Amino acid sequence: MDMTSKNSSKEKSVGVVGMGSFGTAIANILAEKSKVIAYVRRSEVVDEINQKHTVDGAEINSEIFATQDPEYLCKACNTIFFMVPSSAFQEVIRSFSPFLYPYHLIIHGTKGLCLNLPKGKTLEEMGKISRENILTMSEVIMKETVVVRVGCLAGPNLARELYLGQPGATVVASKYNEVILEGQRLLRTDKFQVYGNSDIVGVELSGVLKNIIAIAAGALAGMGLGENAKGLLISRGMVELVYLGNALGGSLKSFIGLAGIGDLVTTCNSTLSRNYTVGFRLAKGEKLDDILNTMEEVAEGVNTIKLIKAFVEGTGMRAPITENLYKVLFEDLKIEDALQYLMKYPFSVDVDFL
Amino acid sequence: MADTYIKHKYEPILPKKDEWPVVKLSKNRKDFVRKVADASKTSVLEITAENMDLLREELETTLYREKLRMKQNPWAVDPDDEKEFWGKVKSSLVQLSADSSLTKTQKKKKYLEILDDITMRYSEEIASNFVHTHYKVTRRIVTFGFSRLLNAARVKGFKSIFSNQFSLQDKIQIVGETDQIRELASKGTIVMVPTHFSNLDSILIGWIISVLGLPPFIYGAGLNLFNISIFAYFMNALGAYKVDRRKKNLIYLETLKTYSSEALQFGVHSLFFPGGTRSRSGMIEKKLKLGLLSTAVEAQRANFEKGEDDVIGKIFIVPVTINYHFVLEAPSLIQEHLALTGQERYYKESDEFSTSYKISKFLVKFFTKGSDISVSVGKALDVLGNYVDNEGNSIDRNGRKIDTKDYFLYNGKVTVDAQREEEYTYHLGKRIVEEFHKINRVFSSHLVAFTAFQMIKRENKKMDLYNLLRLPEEDVVIIYNEFKEECQKVLDKIQELEAESKVQIAPHMKMDIDSIIDHGLANVGMYHAKRPLVKNSMGNIETQDLNLLYYYHNRLHGYDLEKLF
Repeated sequence: MDMTSKNSSKEKSVGVVGMGSFGTAIANILAEKSKVIAYVRRSEVVDEINQKHTVDGAEINSEIFATQDPEYLCKACNTIFFMVPSSAFQEVIRSFSPFLYPYHLIIHGTKGLCLNLPKGKTLEEMGKISRENILTMSEVIMKETVVVRVGCLAGPNLARELYLGQPGATVVASKYNEVILEGQRLLRTDKFQVYGNSDIVGVELSGVLKNIIAIAAGALAGMGLGENAKGLLISRGMVELVYLGNALGGSLKSFIGLAGIGDLVTTCNSTLSRNYTVGFRLAKGEKLDDILNTMEEVAEGVNTIKLIKAFVEGTGMRAPITENLYKVLFEDLKIEDALQYLMKYPFSVDVDFL
Repeated sequence: MADTYIKHKYEPILPKKDEWPVVKLSKNRKDFVRKVADASKTSVLEITAENMDLLREELETTLYREKLRMKQNPWAVDPDDEKEFWGKVKSSLVQLSADSSLTKTQKKKKYLEILDDITMRYSEEIASNFVHTHYKVTRRIVTFGFSRLLNAARVKGFKSIFSNQFSLQDKIQIVGETDQIRELASKGTIVMVPTHFSNLDSILIGWIISVLGLPPFIYGAGLNLFNISIFAYFMNALGAYKVDRRKKNLIYLETLKTYSSEALQFGVHSLFFPGGTRSRSGMIEKKLKLGLLSTAVEAQRANFEKGEDDVIGKIFIVPVTINYHFVLEAPSLIQEHLALTGQERYYKESDEFSTSYKISKFLVKFFTKGSDISVSVGKALDVLGNYVDNEGNSIDRNGRKIDTKDYFLYNGKVTVDAQREEEYTYHLGKRIVEEFHKINRVFSSHLVAFTAFQMIKRENKKMDLYNLLRLPEEDVVIIYNEFKEECQKVLDKIQELEAESKVQIAPHMKMDIDSIIDHGLANVGMYHAKRPLVKNSMGNIETQDLNLLYYYHNRLHGYDLEKLF
């Protein structure tokens, strides 16, 4: 890996696509070691970054250069971090695809899922779906581009804390050792620890599925319930996460690691988390549409619940927390009733997945 | 394209034999063997991380296993001086570990010498003995001899033996991307990867390569085949190098892989049977042996490292499927498969190909009765599984030209990364399996076998596979009209798949359904003593051997056709 230092004049920049709060935090960490080129869609944000070195008023590293041109970014960078919400992911990847080549390395930090339905079908028409109809973000990248060396970033990474430079850690997962090493080389600092994992799908799923539990945790807090209830939820939530994750192709090892338990505990305890906030405000009596309309950034958990509910129905498994949250979000079930249902649900074994 | 059988003979792409890569290789045999031995030594040292204790352990393990093999499983082809050689290795190793007077460096030198002796011996043993005159003779035997047999059977009358009305190409039809493989073989290096159902495959492929006007390919053939003299002759003539499946030690495996990789870098076209051995179940191979395949990825990277960036250094993977109505070894293959997966049942292997007599008998049968074989040549891929155009450019899913070298770059430089190449090999294997399914040609016999077996399975829903196969054959009868209806259903679905380019269909499937069924019944496993399917006196369908029926049914496994039942 020393070869990069030999011709530092030719050393390429690192790309960050999407400057939401997480993207901005990662761009800042990357900028400590490398030149960073950031892609944003709106021209006023480009100007803000390049002229004032701020995003939404918050100061960022002055070395970060912003562009609206995917081609420019792809030519200038060998390694690119995609940090856009799942709802926009496919579209953004497609706009980059013509400029991406097999020499590129891509690492993404999106904790959501995409649908992959037969042409002309919608989720409502399908009702039940199977594994082929669900894509993790790395699967989207592999489907839409020629890049094969793909990795993901997951773990307890609340953007606000990262931005403030508080200590933390993340997982870079990839089938390719070189992607993990590259992620470590670029991200690791005194305050930021980077672990590796070869089970990329398992790590992606950890980050995705924990959002469901985070919404539930927010709801419990919103109802004014205490720590006992939260402990109960986290451990039962973990069981559900493991079963769903296995059914989707992840391995247990990843779920009990930093990206699984680590992230789950953080999100379930944090008022900074968007998914937690959705649950909290629901419990306070707000309507889902109103909550989503007034949030600045996407809460991935809402879409995840929709997809996973259809998947659960397609496989015939049971996932009581997800199923009841679905009813609360989309079928006007009262949160109290959902909780009642869960308390009566015949769980009998504490841990049966180890 | 898919429907037209290619019947003309192609001009050789390299008319002068001296230009054939395989001839160049055999002229340089001595140097090449040395080169392989050295490169293998290097890679063994890399694996043992230059740690002398690990190396000593590896040498001792190798010695132990070799002695065990010589004692428990000796073969006629084994060289006479084997015992002597390994005896020498043993005494050197014993001496060395006892000798305390040597310094570390001296010891290291001695261990390296032993390693060198072994890799040199293995490399010599593996290397092919391509002899051009033998190749010519073999080619003549195959084409001339076989077509005489064929004409004798089909053209009636006294002059039959001299008739040229039928040629081998009426019997063995070649379809698919033949022009592309010729084009690419003159530009870069080809790795042909055929499906493997029968021991006849290697001879068949050898003949096809020569019909297509390509110079001979080298390939790894099981050393057991060299036990039979008629096979040994053919194999040597076709450029086979020897693979000894009894030897599983690290040093041997490394030497074998190095041999393949170096030959590809030398520009010699190669043939890999990626399933490793013949398909036991009759299914198209799903899990490929990645060891040999990894040498294609490695050789490609090595060429890029050497700066051979244009098409001359490029390696093209060409999947090929061989489609039969009948596989001579089917009864023993399927029994082995069932014994392996079913465990409780064990069958002793009886290999139909064990004597030259049986093979000759089969060949006569094959050429005098009508059972056709078709060979489909697939589109060429690069080592990452991308399609390539006729100029050898890799093309991505969106039709954009891409450079295969890019896959091996890190920060703008070609880097060696074993773990990366392992993933690439795995990926390539998956792509080849996908291509196999696309270029596989459905025959009438596959259709009837598949439909019949699925109907029997549906009738006996509660039984698992092994109980099902134990049903008394005389109890199984399928009413013809129901059978016809189900065959039509399966055929419709297969035609749908063909329209989506997910499979190919042989032209004889264009007849009406009754004729297709008759054709299928007449051909499915036609030379077996017990037939997988027959029509009884009432006109209904019966089986004489469920295992065989299962075997031929498996050919259509992997298309989700089971869902129709």
